[in-house]
Amino acid sequence: MSDATLIALALLIPLAGSLGIALTGRFPNLRETVTLVTAVTLMLVVWSLLPQVFDGGRPSLAVWEMMPGFEIAFTVEPLGMLFAALASMLWIVNSVYSIGYMRGNRETHQTRFYACFAIALSAAMGVAFAGNLLTLFLFYEILTVSTYPLVAHKGDANTVRSARVYLGILMGTSIGLFLPAILWTQTVAGTLDFTEGGILAGHIAGPAVGLLLALYAFGIAKAAIMPVHRWLPAAMVAPTPVSALLHAVAVVKAGVFSITKVITYIFGLDFLASEPSGAWLSLLASFTILAASAVALAQTNLKRMLAYSTISQLSYIIMAAAVLKPLSEIGAAVHMVSHAFGKITLFFAAGAIYVASKKTELYQLHGIGKRMPWTMAAFTIGALSMIGVPPTAGFVSKWYILGGSLEAGNLVAVFTLIGSTVLNAAYFLPIIYRAWFRAESTPPSRDHGEAPWPMVLALTTTAFLTLAFFIYNQPVIDLESQLVGRMK
Amino acid sequence: MSVTAHLPALQVVVPMLTAPVLVLLRDARLCWIAALLTSATSFAIAVALAAGVLDGMDIRYAMGNWAAPYGIELRVDALSAILLLATTGASTLALLGGRRSLLREIGDARLPLFLAAWLLALAGLVGILVSGDAFNIFVFMEISSLATYILVSGGPHRRALPAVFKYLITGTVGATFYLIGVGLLYMMTGTLNIEDMAARLGDVGASDLLYIAIGFIAIGLALKAAIYPLHAWMPNAYTFAPHMVTVFIAACSTKVSLYVLLRMDYAVFQHNLPEQGLHFALILMPLASLGIVFGSLAAIFEQNIKRILALSSVAQLGYILLGASLVSAAGINASALHLFNHALAKGALFLAVACLGYRFAKLRLEDLRGAGRLMPWTLTAFALAGLSLIGIPGTAGFVSKWALILALMEQGALGVALVVLVVVSSLMAVVYIGRIVETLWFAEPPGEDPTVKEAPVMLLAVTWLAVALNFWFGFDASTSGALAIQAATDLTGSAP
Repeated sequence: MSDATLIALALLIPLAGSLGIALTGRFPNLRETVTLVTAVTLMLVVWSLLPQVFDGGRPSLAVWEMMPGFEIAFTVEPLGMLFAALASMLWIVNSVYSIGYMRGNRETHQTRFYACFAIALSAAMGVAFAGNLLTLFLFYEILTVSTYPLVAHKGDANTVRSARVYLGILMGTSIGLFLPAILWTQTVAGTLDFTEGGILAGHIAGPAVGLLLALYAFGIAKAAIMPVHRWLPAAMVAPTPVSALLHAVAVVKAGVFSITKVITYIFGLDFLASEPSGAWLSLLASFTILAASAVALAQTNLKRMLAYSTISQLSYIIMAAAVLKPLSEIGAAVHMVSHAFGKITLFFAAGAIYVASKKTELYQLHGIGKRMPWTMAAFTIGALSMIGVPPTAGFVSKWYILGGSLEAGNLVAVFTLIGSTVLNAAYFLPIIYRAWFRAESTPPSRDHGEAPWPMVLALTTTAFLTLAFFIYNQPVIDLESQLVGRMK
Repeated sequence: MSVTAHLPALQVVVPMLTAPVLVLLRDARLCWIAALLTSATSFAIAVALAAGVLDGMDIRYAMGNWAAPYGIELRVDALSAILLLATTGASTLALLGGRRSLLREIGDARLPLFLAAWLLALAGLVGILVSGDAFNIFVFMEISSLATYILVSGGPHRRALPAVFKYLITGTVGATFYLIGVGLLYMMTGTLNIEDMAARLGDVGASDLLYIAIGFIAIGLALKAAIYPLHAWMPNAYTFAPHMVTVFIAACSTKVSLYVLLRMDYAVFQHNLPEQGLHFALILMPLASLGIVFGSLAAIFEQNIKRILALSSVAQLGYILLGASLVSAAGINASALHLFNHALAKGALFLAVACLGYRFAKLRLEDLRGAGRLMPWTLTAFALAGLSLIGIPGTAGFVSKWALILALMEQGALGVALVVLVVVSSLMAVVYIGRIVETLWFAEPPGEDPTVKEAPVMLLAVTWLAVALNFWFGFDASTSGALAIQAATDLTGSAP
């Protein structure tokens, strides 16, 4: 198959899957089969693009020119390839987990859930492969809209209020800031294509650069930089599989991915480094890392704590990208992967705990390690990865980010990394300690063991990936080194 | 002469002559078919005329072979072609999907007369658009207005009567003002043909009388076009009209008056008065901005969903006016595009409302809680059309907003401030559309009503067709874009 066909398939397969899910809604087993088959097919298609990108190829597909200067076009480059490969792989694991969660929890509207999930994945692929800002924006918005029903899944007053925050912030910032930034870029640069080395150099200078960067950084609220992070804790009212894949991987990574892409392909590293007015971004990211970690310390609800941890971890990627050094750019890309593995594991564990015991609060988790050893072992690995302890994935990315920061002589970034590691340890280690070594404070309402097996299977798989990535990470680094090699 | 040459005349004559036939037919079903066919024919003629305009033809027609400026001249250019498409298209879609809705709201017995009035309104509106004669425009304006009063008051709502009374008074004042202005112009120039008037006005030169004439024309048309703050008649007229009538008139009637305003000002006044462009901008730009802000604000706090959309029209007309008030080719380009694209978006939204209206007697938000769960297709269509109104890329609404922003960017600091205004009001559109979608989808229904189900298939299909058109013209703006560019070139003399 030609490259163009493969790219088109990557977008269409989840959509077709969504249709299939809607049609087979009355037969749950068939419906779940459709989900799994779609997920596996998608991964095969996406991964079949990998060898070419490794060899330096840039498969592309131009679909349609809407009006002069606005084109729907796709180009696969290393960063997007990585994001797509990651999301499509984790979708399979997450689907297995979803089946366990949704059935174990006897959720309603499961067909809508799976159908919207598939659409969200299609949108994520579109974001990953977008060849210009307009295409990116289109799929970014589809991602927002298609995840709204997932967040509002429960449909009670509280959920709807949170979903309103979710939609309000994401739509508001994207239309109010991101879109104007795109239009501004188009008017000054005359193009919106992602181009190596950037398109803005020579077209804009001085404080305007900082302002434009701000429009992008806050307009792409999916990256959850403070103060546009509020939607992420709000989104935790969603069923846990949504929090796991979308709000730890697909949606939030679409955000940081977009910002990274804007920095590398629209501004260009050299141009941004030469403009002092863009320097605030890494400072704000540092602030977000520390502040979100501090807020996480104060949380009593497990999923909300994980959400604040995500906000903090996302800003690692932003900070790494904004340090503007080759090593840190690699670190940013690697952290997308390592955080994805770690955080999806943590959310899987949180969901498993909820399904098995209905527990959601941190103080309820005393001694739960004895009842759910597999789950808590996975949780421990995920937490260690968040802290950045070897032998977990989190160590690898922190290593690169630290290297880049030292190379840039960016002491703020270095201290942020150290400080946040301490904070991460401060909020994760007590949970782990209490879960394994303290006695149950209150006996559970019913005697329970592990969650349903699909969930346990899923969370052990991702925990394994977290460990494996510590050893086997060379392909990712090779792939992303292309990014740096070309930029130099 | 072949039939093609007569198209401008047929555009008016076909609906106007079918109207009395409907009165004779006297059968609801037959009349609906006849009205639909007539409207579809009008649409086909509009398409043919638009194609001719795109081919670069200068379409003129001398009624009764009396040459202009003595005879009545019909003339179709790009701007009128855009609105001809919108007007006849809206009428056709509303009739195509609206049979059952009309039967329910109007009733078998009165439907033939009602549809006759519909065709007269259509004839009047297209008449204004093809006419090259200032007085003739007044005549068609009266035809369309009188027929529209009947349409608006034809529904089951008793509150439609005071609404239509307000509309009638305002509309009559507006038309009279326009006529006074045209009369003064006639006095000064001795001609009623717009082009001839433009040529002769140069000899007359600026005078107080001329400015008075301009003032009468501008205010009269502003009343009819519901330009803020002269829009008071419009929300209630839209709200209490039968749903299909709202679809029809919301998509085009105020825009046609706006068209006349643009035509008179750009073609006649600006050519002859050195400062006229500036005056036009000075008066209209603040009004457009205020309309955008207050229309959107009022829509946010409104409860009745038809009123929300009507108030949103005040804001959207503000966009059109804002583009025109820049007195630049790019600005007219944006206005012309938005004339078309807003008709698409509002038409689709009001069609979705008509679907709701078919199943729900009251259209306040509290009465519609949870309605989306019972009518998911309707609500999805509404939400998608809402995206076009907001101006998300990929929809028609984005194309014109983008053109507007480009036009504003040419204006320096003031333009940037206005861009901010446009962006802010787009966010306000997110709020009022989002509020409707959220209430209809997620609020708890007041009680289970098993009789509520999806709207009739035909109505739903037409709604979705309108939604699809919003996306079509969002993804392929080449046709609408070409017409708009030509309209801008015609009016300002330079390409955008």
